[in-house]
Amino acid sequence: MLDPHPSLPEFDYIKPKTLAEASQFLADHAGEARPLLGGTDIFVRMRDGFWKDQYLVDVKGLDGTNEISFDPAKGLTIGAGVSMNRVSAHPDVKVHYAVLAEAVDSVASYQLRSRATIVGNICNASPAGDTIGACILLGGVLNVHGLDGKRQEPLSTFFKGPGSTVLKAGDVVVSIELPLPPKGLQGTYLKLGRNKSSDLSIVGVTAIGYPDADTVSGYRVKVALASVAPTPLVVDKVEEIMAAKPITEDVIAEAAEAAFETASPIDDVRGGAKYRKLMSRNLSKKALTVVWEKLGR
Amino acid sequence: MAYHKITLTVNGEAEQVDVSSNMTLLRMLREKMGKTGTKNGCAAGECGACTVMVDGEPVNSCMMLAIECDGKEIVTVEGLADNGHLAPIQEAIIDSGGVQCGFCTPGILIASQALLDRNPNPSQAEIQEALVGNLCRCTGYVRIIEAVQAAAKMV
Repeated sequence: MLDPHPSLPEFDYIKPKTLAEASQFLADHAGEARPLLGGTDIFVRMRDGFWKDQYLVDVKGLDGTNEISFDPAKGLTIGAGVSMNRVSAHPDVKVHYAVLAEAVDSVASYQLRSRATIVGNICNASPAGDTIGACILLGGVLNVHGLDGKRQEPLSTFFKGPGSTVLKAGDVVVSIELPLPPKGLQGTYLKLGRNKSSDLSIVGVTAIGYPDADTVSGYRVKVALASVAPTPLVVDKVEEIMAAKPITEDVIAEAAEAAFETASPIDDVRGGAKYRKLMSRNLSKKALTVVWEKLGR
Repeated sequence: MAYHKITLTVNGEAEQVDVSSNMTLLRMLREKMGKTGTKNGCAAGECGACTVMVDGEPVNSCMMLAIECDGKEIVTVEGLADNGHLAPIQEAIIDSGGVQCGFCTPGILIASQALLDRNPNPSQAEIQEALVGNLCRCTGYVRIIEAVQAAAKMV
């Protein structure tokens, strides 16, 4: 009989003492070892037999992975091992990066967010990742430790496909840096799931906007979509349209239409491609209207 | 597969346990320590029946390895009562009739206690949000929410 509560398959838990040791181990065991943060995706995929790693390398607690800090001159640094709940509860996140806190709070449940991490969400590279859109639009850059030492990877060029990133064997993401947000930044994350709460997204829309004297409209507005393309998707046309003329309901509708046209979703268990495309438009319109209202319209 | 010796506190008692790499906190509690109040519902972090507190924070114990609990303080449903006296949230869920089959109850009690610890006077919306990760298939949640509201008044 099928066991309704299968255990995790056998693997060895590895706890390296330094980042260098972690990178070396991961490189020496490429294809059979994986960095472990909260494990909320890893355990499910291993239990279900999709991932068959021999080693899980716990990188929580290594240099810089457990801290979250805000520097008023530089911005926010979130260590890879910092739980989503710690991020959401951080007073500076609430003030300066409210859109990130909103996205974080939409992920699963409180007790899952005690374990889940933002860097884990990013490294999983699921097109549905709820926190990724905010991190991209806020200009996120990852601090990575690899075999050749430290380097930075901007999120804008990080994702290659579903579950696929520019990371190489031996790479450990140590933290994510979010620069100081532009003055007056407003944002929202709207998520359509199969239920009101705790589900993965059928479509997710992150929208941000801020005053910008260099545009005709006086605002710079950006949208990122989740679950409608092989990677998290920034719709560049939205930014162009929302900059080029004074913002009205019609301009927002035009920008939402661009989201519709850019989305290239698939049918899956959570929703059909056609529905996703239509909801990319409708949710983008709603999200842009929310941002426009927050900016004082 | 590697085994590890870990030391931790469970419901106030110091414990030393040998655990395999792939043993979850949930399995350690149930199979190594006989703490079967913590339930194995989905083993995928969705139903919340296995929720316990780790260093004061509610966690799905199916989503944490036992080895990761080395040095931590765990509280299970068995640890909520104080010297045989039920905690207010336990009294309240009995009084409100928020229990039917009882399978989800340990997780609900822990998640509710954790909510009251961080927010002694939660609104209904905050209670609903805090219990999003605890599925109940019997009571329909209304009485569970009433129980948390009643417990907040008792504390």
